[in-house]
Amino acid sequence: MASGKREKFDNPVVEWVDSRLPIFTMVQKEYGVFPTPRNFNYFWNFGAIAMFMLVTMIISGITLAMHYAAHQDMAFDSVERIMRDVNYGWLVRYIHANGASFFFIAVYIHIFRGLYYGSYKQPRELLWMFGVLIFLLMMATAFMGYVLPWGQMSFWGAQVITSFFSAIPLIGDSIVVWLRGGFSIDNATLNRFFALHYLLPFVIVGVVFLHVWALHVTGSNNPSGVEPKTEKDTLPFHPYYTMKDTFGLMFFITIYAVFVFFFPNSLGHADNYIPADPLVTPAHIVPEWYFLPFYAILRAFTFGINIYLLVGLAITALAVFPLFTRAKGKDIDLKSMGVLMAIAGVFLLGGYFSQLELASGDIALPLPFSAAFVDAKLCGVLAMFGSILLLFVLPFIDTHPNRSARFRPWFKIGVLLLVVDIVILTICGAKPAEGFWVPLSQIGMLYYMGFFTVGVAFLSKFEPVKDLPESIYKSVTDKPQKTVAKG
Amino acid sequence: MSKDSKTVSSDKAPVEDGSKRDFLYLTAASMAAVAAGSVAWPLVDQMNPAADTLALSTTEVDLTPVEVGQAITVMWRGAPVFIRRRTQAEIDAARAVDMNALRDKETDEERAQKPEWLIMTGICTHLGCVPLGQKSGDQKGEYGGWFCPCHGSHYDTAGRIRKGPAPKNLIIPPYEFLSDTTVKIG
Repeated sequence: MASGKREKFDNPVVEWVDSRLPIFTMVQKEYGVFPTPRNFNYFWNFGAIAMFMLVTMIISGITLAMHYAAHQDMAFDSVERIMRDVNYGWLVRYIHANGASFFFIAVYIHIFRGLYYGSYKQPRELLWMFGVLIFLLMMATAFMGYVLPWGQMSFWGAQVITSFFSAIPLIGDSIVVWLRGGFSIDNATLNRFFALHYLLPFVIVGVVFLHVWALHVTGSNNPSGVEPKTEKDTLPFHPYYTMKDTFGLMFFITIYAVFVFFFPNSLGHADNYIPADPLVTPAHIVPEWYFLPFYAILRAFTFGINIYLLVGLAITALAVFPLFTRAKGKDIDLKSMGVLMAIAGVFLLGGYFSQLELASGDIALPLPFSAAFVDAKLCGVLAMFGSILLLFVLPFIDTHPNRSARFRPWFKIGVLLLVVDIVILTICGAKPAEGFWVPLSQIGMLYYMGFFTVGVAFLSKFEPVKDLPESIYKSVTDKPQKTVAKG
Repeated sequence: MSKDSKTVSSDKAPVEDGSKRDFLYLTAASMAAVAAGSVAWPLVDQMNPAADTLALSTTEVDLTPVEVGQAITVMWRGAPVFIRRRTQAEIDAARAVDMNALRDKETDEERAQKPEWLIMTGICTHLGCVPLGQKSGDQKGEYGGWFCPCHGSHYDTAGRIRKGPAPKNLIIPPYEFLSDTTVKIG
């Protein structure tokens, strides 16, 4: 950083510091004159908004930690004391509790932006992967934070989530005991969760630094997906995007403040105002809303992998193999792929229905050897973690040359359907796992998994490659005549 | 050693086939790995249950006040243990079950030392909720045993999984009857 040419600053103090540590030069370069595509829309606000939320969470969190007691006999009461007695404690806690939700809102919109406009594609793969890592760390942090008030949902959420690991064959139970520090969720668990909940945000700050560093190497993507070519395509970050980000942030904070001041408990669960009781399970354990789609995927597995499903999956893999190995769509024999997929479908449906118990207690399709050898619980846990892992490998599955969904009408439909699918999964996750919600979450899970594996790979090879605008500048100035895809 | 020094002191330069250097690298690296491991293990193991947690690992229960058809819940190692004094009808129902209908095949005789007393950990084997069915007003599920409200697992009157996502029967903790009316769990 220090090697480049440095312009002198007029202010003698700034100059004195900068000539010894060129931090002002760096800020000037990365946030002042940094060339940024001129055509950002408001989706590009959410990185800055997420950053603001991270800082908000850390400041409000450290404040809360000054009054919180991480002990099973005191945690619940100390949170109540923060609410009632500590000066502005109610405000800081509501900022922190609702802040978690708004952090996830910002991040989910930010992830959608990346998906829709192809920001994960070459050369931004690593940038994207750091983003997914931040998302994973956020999930861990949010989960452990939710345990700290030591209410009923805290306790039973911790019970359910640590139990995921018992699905691991052979060593699963030992891992659960190790994670909990006891044979059940107790003081040891609460204590370590507090330590980690305090630590992980700073790890997130570290990964955010790498994320932003990688961004400043490749530069930002933009709604057209065309790389900037000349100076005409970009604007200096300041004042153009500092202002646009500030405007968007103000709008976002307004909605956030409405929740903090007027609906502070609307995103939480009333059950969490009941102190933790290891002898009573709440009637309906539900995670926080931002985990619901993944929870629905977990619960979608009412069936395990049996021989029919295994054969079906193997044939599917065989059918889609050419999508990953052949360079061009025309090298792929669609007819044989279709036939193989149809055969696979028969096996998959057979495997599913041979494990489906009807209301009458009978099996829908009694087949021999239909017993599952990978049980439903392990399948659910693997699918849930797999659904996030798929985001990691997405840049390598999607090889279509066009970035932005603006120039990919098929992908656009797929990704918008994915949003609908995730909304459906969110609703399924909030409902009890019974009746109509079970098959609905199974279909939702199938679309999610199918989209990121077969769907994206198929579109990479078969979606027509559209002509892109010559440059960002052209895509903006020639809009009426040259818009290729509307919207 | 003396041989080596002799070689060095001679006019000829020592033969550098690299094997000695490789050996040094390997021993240094393996010593470093052992050292790293011996530092890492205490840091990993500190998360396992502490001695005082382990010390609480048995509990004695007086069964005198429990009537036939009643159930009590006691705490053992921070988790609930269900003790149900089963009625003859419940025992008969549990014993009449066809083994092929079971997901986790165990006979009732294997699960209860004394047929009247069914003692199990009250933790659903799916994701660790406490199933309902201990109190008289509780929902007991389709098989008259226990019902887990979290994800809908049904257990029969021997605590065996019959329907729903749980993979295993409710776990039987180690226990022994110290007398006819006292049981030691753990």
